This record gives sequence, structure tokens and C-alpha cells, in this order.
Amino acid sequence: MGYITKIGLEMHCEVSETKTKVFSSARNEFTDVPNSNVRPLDMAFPGTLPRINKEAVRLALMASMILKCKQPEYMYFERKNYYYPDLPKGFQLTQETKPIPVGIYGEVEFEYNNEIKKIRINNVHLEEDAASLDHFFTTSNIDYNRCGVPLLELVTEPDIHSADEAIAFLEHMRSIYRYAGISEADSKKGQIRCDVNVSIMDDTKDENDPSNWGTKVEIKNVNSFGGVRDAINYEIKRQTELKESGKYDEMLQQTRRWDEESGTTIYMRSKVDAIDYKYFVEPNIPKYKISDSWLEEIRKSIPELALERKQRYVSLGLSEYDANVLVKDKDVSDYFDECLKLGLDAKTATNWVTVQIVGELNKDDSNIKDFFITPSRLKVILDNLSKGILSSKQAKEVFFKVLESHKEPTEFIDINNAQISDAAQIEEIIDQVLARSEQQINDYHNGRTNLFDYFVGQVMKETRGKANPTLTKEILNRKLNN
Amino acid sequence: MNNYKSIEELHEMLVKGEITSDELVQESLKLSHEVQEKCNAFVTILDDAKGGEVTDSLLSGIPYGVKDNYSTKGILSTGSSNTLRDYVPFFNATAVENLNKAGAIKVNKTALDEFGMGGTGTTGHTGVQKNPWDPTRICAGSSSGSAAAVASGVYPYATGSDTGDSIRKPAAYCGIVGYKPTYGMISRYGLFPFASSLDTLGCLTRNVKDAAIVVDAMKGIDPYDMTSWDSKDMHLADSIDGNVKGKKLCYVKEICNIENYPNASDELKEHLENFHKTLEIAKELGMEVEEVSIDRKLLNASYSVYRVIHSAEASSNLSNLTGISFGPRGEGDNYIEMIKNHRTKGFSPLIKRRFVIGSYVLQKENQERYFKNAQRVRRLIVDTWKDLYKKYDAVICPVSTGPARKFEDLNKPLDINTMTLDEHLQVGNFGGFPSITIPNGFVSKLPVGINITGNCYDDINVLNIAYALESKMDYKNQIAREVK
Repeated sequence: MGYITKIGLEMHCEVSETKTKVFSSARNEFTDVPNSNVRPLDMAFPGTLPRINKEAVRLALMASMILKCKQPEYMYFERKNYYYPDLPKGFQLTQETKPIPVGIYGEVEFEYNNEIKKIRINNVHLEEDAASLDHFFTTSNIDYNRCGVPLLELVTEPDIHSADEAIAFLEHMRSIYRYAGISEADSKKGQIRCDVNVSIMDDTKDENDPSNWGTKVEIKNVNSFGGVRDAINYEIKRQTELKESGKYDEMLQQTRRWDEESGTTIYMRSKVDAIDYKYFVEPNIPKYKISDSWLEEIRKSIPELALERKQRYVSLGLSEYDANVLVKDKDVSDYFDECLKLGLDAKTATNWVTVQIVGELNKDDSNIKDFFITPSRLKVILDNLSKGILSSKQAKEVFFKVLESHKEPTEFIDINNAQISDAAQIEEIIDQVLARSEQQINDYHNGRTNLFDYFVGQVMKETRGKANPTLTKEILNRKLNN
Repeated sequence: MNNYKSIEELHEMLVKGEITSDELVQESLKLSHEVQEKCNAFVTILDDAKGGEVTDSLLSGIPYGVKDNYSTKGILSTGSSNTLRDYVPFFNATAVENLNKAGAIKVNKTALDEFGMGGTGTTGHTGVQKNPWDPTRICAGSSSGSAAAVASGVYPYATGSDTGDSIRKPAAYCGIVGYKPTYGMISRYGLFPFASSLDTLGCLTRNVKDAAIVVDAMKGIDPYDMTSWDSKDMHLADSIDGNVKGKKLCYVKEICNIENYPNASDELKEHLENFHKTLEIAKELGMEVEEVSIDRKLLNASYSVYRVIHSAEASSNLSNLTGISFGPRGEGDNYIEMIKNHRTKGFSPLIKRRFVIGSYVLQKENQERYFKNAQRVRRLIVDTWKDLYKKYDAVICPVSTGPARKFEDLNKPLDINTMTLDEHLQVGNFGGFPSITIPNGFVSKLPVGINITGNCYDDINVLNIAYALESKMDYKNQIAREVK
């Protein structure tokens, strides 16, 4: 007998694309300088009050729409009360499912193993992030920069069946957040954090009947995609072993913590010891009506998402593969779109972007936004290529020289260095080469046809590589074979 | 004593040059020290306060007091709590900022019941506030220091805050005016919160016009308080003319009539008789006065509803006081011990009791039965009052059961029979209604008051009715004189 794994995710993603925090006017900006983006509310000085950031609500509602959720008629926030040093107010402003948050009951479709998977969304809600803590041997430091950063929490139904599927879902969500302009969704900056619910059940039973489900184990604070994968796999293994040894039924519904260092999950508390957060509606934010016209406006402003872009690229004649490479990273896709806007040929641009540029970016894991060769610089190179002023080889040389020196491409494109495409000029050089190659001509005619490349090489040597190769081959062929 | 005068009189004297702002401030400071000695009214006296420029603003150059739960930039603001005993804010409450713009001069910070939670003026960290009419009696609270100071003539007005009756009850016990405007008329930004859905800023003065002038300066929509609203077209002081002919008042039989209280003390009898005399004055002014009846069950529930809601909100609102980022840091090996230590040492037992109640009623298994039901009953009470306002301009009631209670009587249990009389002012906070208390006489030689409460945004009507009644009685601008 085998087991079916049921996985539900709680994905927290910081909304990075607002100017200010969700309830204070401090800048919402990732920075290395601690405590530089702080207003009195962020440290909960007595008498400070929250004021809602409309842009954060707009982006949250947009996410709700993309996830096909139902949006609320009125907006509320609730207090989740607990004490922790990273939570200066002693409560977090969040949204519970009653009254309804920015979104309930939606679904997400994404590609996994060449199949379309569907994951149901229980709810998505807007809340505030806590401050960040750094622990040392005897002290802890608090950085309030993160305190009050808008955070979207997405809760799925337990529709995921493996670690890989969970990762595919998270990658899809990351792409949505990026394409919709909601968040950079960068887990390196700590913008994505997950809680993972895992349970296993006998595969002989009906998965659609919740009474057959196993005991839910929640794993808190998994902060990278790799961590999500490892935590799920560890937990499946742990729970399977409990099944095999007959101890599974003794396991209580519980919360565990992912310990990255040991690669294990560690028991925190059972459901009986669950914290009572004593939720109640935040009285300082009057409930306010979300108008249909605003919702309509938001719906219309949803940007083109990855799948739509991919379809557009395929319609331009790109292969499915190339289109996938381009949309995988929104910044790359934006770069490519900029190239198209500048009038570059789609296929040529695709080759340069997916091969040369992505290749370079992968070398040092850098972002295309910081890439020196902007679409307009690339255009200068490619225009010269198409005009025949640069050969493919020269174009690549210019590309690397520009990249290395951070100078403009025109610095390396000398009109005098341009390719020789004048047939008469090439013929003259060919005649000189042939005149001093009597022996080789004889050998060629006696069957050593590979000497053709020798003649091409000699012409290139004479012209320092500038002779148009097609033309050179054409003339040589005529001279030698007629 | 110049500071005994009304704001308009003082303004005229300043404009005419009969007195300088600096002289007023110095006199006020001198009186502050005397009243501190007698009543222990202040947490801080700003001895280096200086007079200011006299402009068109009625408040310019005139001294005033700030309740110590208002955040004042660069000035100690304790909320009368040990948890903030050395807290100096770096920003002003919006109301203080507005008074600064009007040219008003702060001369002291007045003591209160710790964070406004209490009705006796006995729970602040600097000790009890004594009533200037009789030092063996309380001022009531929580705006105890403000009430004692204004009644003593330290200045024409002080700010207050009111979550249940914290402006209106001490005003009655000290023989002055206490005005709580409509919820959200004055920004709460910078007021140390007690129960956010009930907290209202306001003022204590010695006459109704002054109260209107002061709130005119304090009010205004504030981007820092989402519950504030725009009142720029409401000019309170200018709208008061004393013409109340045809206005309709009602009083609630179950609160105001002596037959509800079979074991009434002589003081209570006298107080209610005096109230009915004031109703006669209202009639003489051309107002109609009618008796209405409200389900006693609903009235009796008011006290519990108030307890449950304010305790719940307070338990959460004051969770920021951990001693971690401000306030005296607690001792302990970890953050839980540090927070526990700070809060155990810092809060008075009364507050701790409210936190326990607040946590209890918010717990998952209790929330429906206590907190949610309290909110439902709150709604019922508010709807009942709103129904009254369809027919009447205001509800008029006596404040409390008589004059200020003696300190020695505080330990006696609350008289369940007179509880409605003691607790009905909270309705004004449930509904966010404008509500004003004015003195209407003496019982046992001590001042007593009445309260007038109207519908939301109907502040002008409420003030005007109070102004008209005040003008027909002899208690306008009275200064406390100690009675034996």
C-alpha cells in the first residue's frame, strides 16, 4: 500500500511595488541600512494611528482578481493580538475570513509536467509585515524597516501532491506577482515566506472525502523554495515512517518548525496549545465600501501576464521553447518587448536575448535590468549587422567589447572596418591568392576538394576577416570550377 | 485674578493691552503651584513657559492645560502611568498642534486616572487628585487634573479626553463645563488610546461659549486619523445665539425620576429635584420637555457593555507598552520576562484587572458570548437613542447621583440600584454623540451638573441648548471655593 500526500501552502509575499508602507508613510523600500524607513507608527509610539495605503489595497484586489477570488463589498482589517519583539504594537493588522478579506474562494491554473494543474485558493488577504530580528549570542537587534511593509498572504486548499508540484505552484505565483507589478517576489530579499501543511493518507481511500485525510502538520517559516521542497520531502518521509511503524495514529495535529541547518522539522506545539490571537475588527480604520467602478478600473489595469505574453511571442513566429525562455523572467521579457518596440526583428532579437544575453546573466546571476547593453545599445549593434557593416562574428566581438569596457557600441564600429561586400574588390584579392597557389589549385582539381576552405582562409587573411564570406565563396567557386 | 475670566474677556484685555500674555502665563504658573499643593492636579508644570503673540485668534497668548495623555513634543507625556514615567514624545498630538497654531500657551500637563481608565482620579502614578471644593472628595476622572485646575481658575480651559464620561463627570463634580464633541470631530492622533471606538477628545471650561471656542480650535479633519471628519463649515462659537425656542428635550423616566430609587439618600433626592427645577428653566426658555421611557433591561446592560468593549479594546491598545522600544526597559533573561516585568511593575491593579477582563472576553470561546454580544447591545442602545433624536433635539439627564464622592467611600461597593444614573453618560460614547455637562446648582454645598446629549454632528444644537440654560442659571464662570 502506498500513500497520497496532501499539501496546502500559506504563501506570504511582500507587496514591494508601493511607495510607502501599508499603514504608515514610511518608504516601502528594501535597504541595507537598518531603521532608516521608520515612522512613529512603525514603532508603535503611543497615540499613533494607522492610515490605509490605497495603492496596497489596489494591488491586493488585483491579486484577488487574478486568483479568480470573490472581492469584498466592504474593506475591514482585524487585529491579531500577540506579544513578540518584532511586533511593536502588540498586534498585527490583518484580515480574517469573516468579514471577508480582499479575496476568497478562487483558483489558480499552472503548468506542471506538461499538464494543467488546478489549485483552489481558500483566501488571499492583506496584512502588515513585522520588523526583522537579528539574534546574536547575548543580544538581538530589531530592524523596523520591514515593520508595516504590505504583505499578501495566500492560503491554498490542500490540492498539492508533491514537493515538486508545490515548487511549480510557487514559481507560478512568483511570476504572477512580478508580471502584475505587485512584487519583486524575491526570496533572497526575504520577500517570500511560506508555511507548509503536509499530511499523508492511504492511497486506497478516496481523496475527495476529507474524513479520509491524515493528520495535518503545519511547518512554519520556510523562507526559500529549496526549503519548501526539502521540508515537504522530509515531512513525507517522517510521516511515512510513523505509518510504517504503526505510530501514525498517535501523532497529534501539530505545528513544527523547519530547521534549515539540520534539514529537519522540529516540534513546536500541538493544536491544543494553539495561540488564541483574540481577533477583533480594528476600530481605527472605518470599514469602507469598495465601489464597483473601482473594481472595474482595477480589473482593466491588470497587466499582461506570463501566459499571455508567451502566446503573443508564439504568434510572432517564435518557437514554444524560445517563448518559454523569454517569459520565464519578467525582466527578460520586458527587455525583449523593449527590443520589439525599437523595431528589432523578433527572431534575431530572440537569438541574441536568449543565447548571448541570458548566457551572460547566468554567469554571475545578475539582473537584466542592470545589463549594460540596453535594448537601444543592442539595436545599434544589430542594425549594423543587418546593414552588413558588421559580420556576425564582428557583431559578437563588438557586443563583448561594449560589455567589457562599458563604452558605446559606436566606439567599436568603424565604417572603414566594415565588411568588404564589393565583388570586384574581392575578385581582385582572390586573383592574387590564386596566382601564388598553383600547387594547391592542381591538388584541388585532383580531388582534394577540402582545399576550398584553404582558399577562403587565404582571402580572409588578406582582408583581415572583412571579406563578405558568402560573396568570397561564390566567386572562388566560379573561378575554380569553371 | 485675570485667569478667572472668560476667553473672550481675556482676549479683549490682551488686544487692548490691559494685560500681557506673559503676565497671564506667570499668573497661571503661580496658580498652578498653589493648586498642585492643594489638589495634586499636575504631572508637569512648565515653569519656563513664556507669553506669546496676540493675534486675531481668540486663544492667542492665553494659557491652558493639557491632559497628560496627549502627546506633546519635547514635553514629558506620561498618561499618568509608570510605564511611561520618562517618556518624552517627539511629535505633537494633532489637537495640540492645532492649539499651537491658534497661539495658545501650554503651562502644564494635568494628571489623570492611568491612561484615562478610571473615574476617580486616584489611579495616576503621581497620586490622587483632590476636589478643589472639598479636598476630602474626589474630582472624578479621568480628566481629574484638568477639572481641578479649571475649577480653581488656573486658566480658562484645559483639554480632556472622554471614553465613558471622563470629561463630563469630573466637570460636574468640580462645578464646570465639560464638552465631548461628536466622535471624530477632533483627531485622536497623539492621544494615548484607551478604547479607540469610544475615545473622544474635548475640553473643560467654565462656560459653554469657551468650550465652543476651544473645540473650534482643536477640531478638523486629519489625514493621520481615518476616523476624523471634515467640520470646516461648522463654526461652533459663532453659531451659538441662545435662541432655543421650540427646541425639544426629553429625559428618560427610568434614569431621572426619584421613584426609581426607593432607598434614595437625601443627596440623591435633592439632586433629582434640582434636575427637575432645571427642566422648568428649559420650559421658561421656550423649549418643550417630555418624559420618555426606555426598556430598563437595555439601560441596565449599558454598564456591562461599556466594561466589555473598553476592556477588550484597551487590552489590545496598550499592548505596545512593552518597555522594548520606549518606556523603562524591564528586567529579564528573555523578551517575555522583560515585557512581563515592565508591565507588572508599570500598571496599576485597576488596569491589570481590565486587561484580564479584556483578554477573557476576546478569547475565541468567549468572544461570541461577551464581546460580540456587547457590540450588538451597543448597537441596540445607539439605535434607541437615534430614535429619540428623530423627535427630540437632545436628551437631558442629571450627572451621577449627586455631588462628588468622598475618598473614604470609594471602597464601598457600587450601589446596583443607582447604577443607571451613574453610568448613562457612556451612551454618548457608544453612539459618538456630542455631549456636554454644565453645572446646575449645589447639593450639600457642592456642585452638581446636568448633561445634554444630541445626535452626531448636531454639536451646535447641543451647545446652544447648554448655552441658553447656562444663561438662566447662576453657575457660569464659577470658581471653586473650598467649603467646610
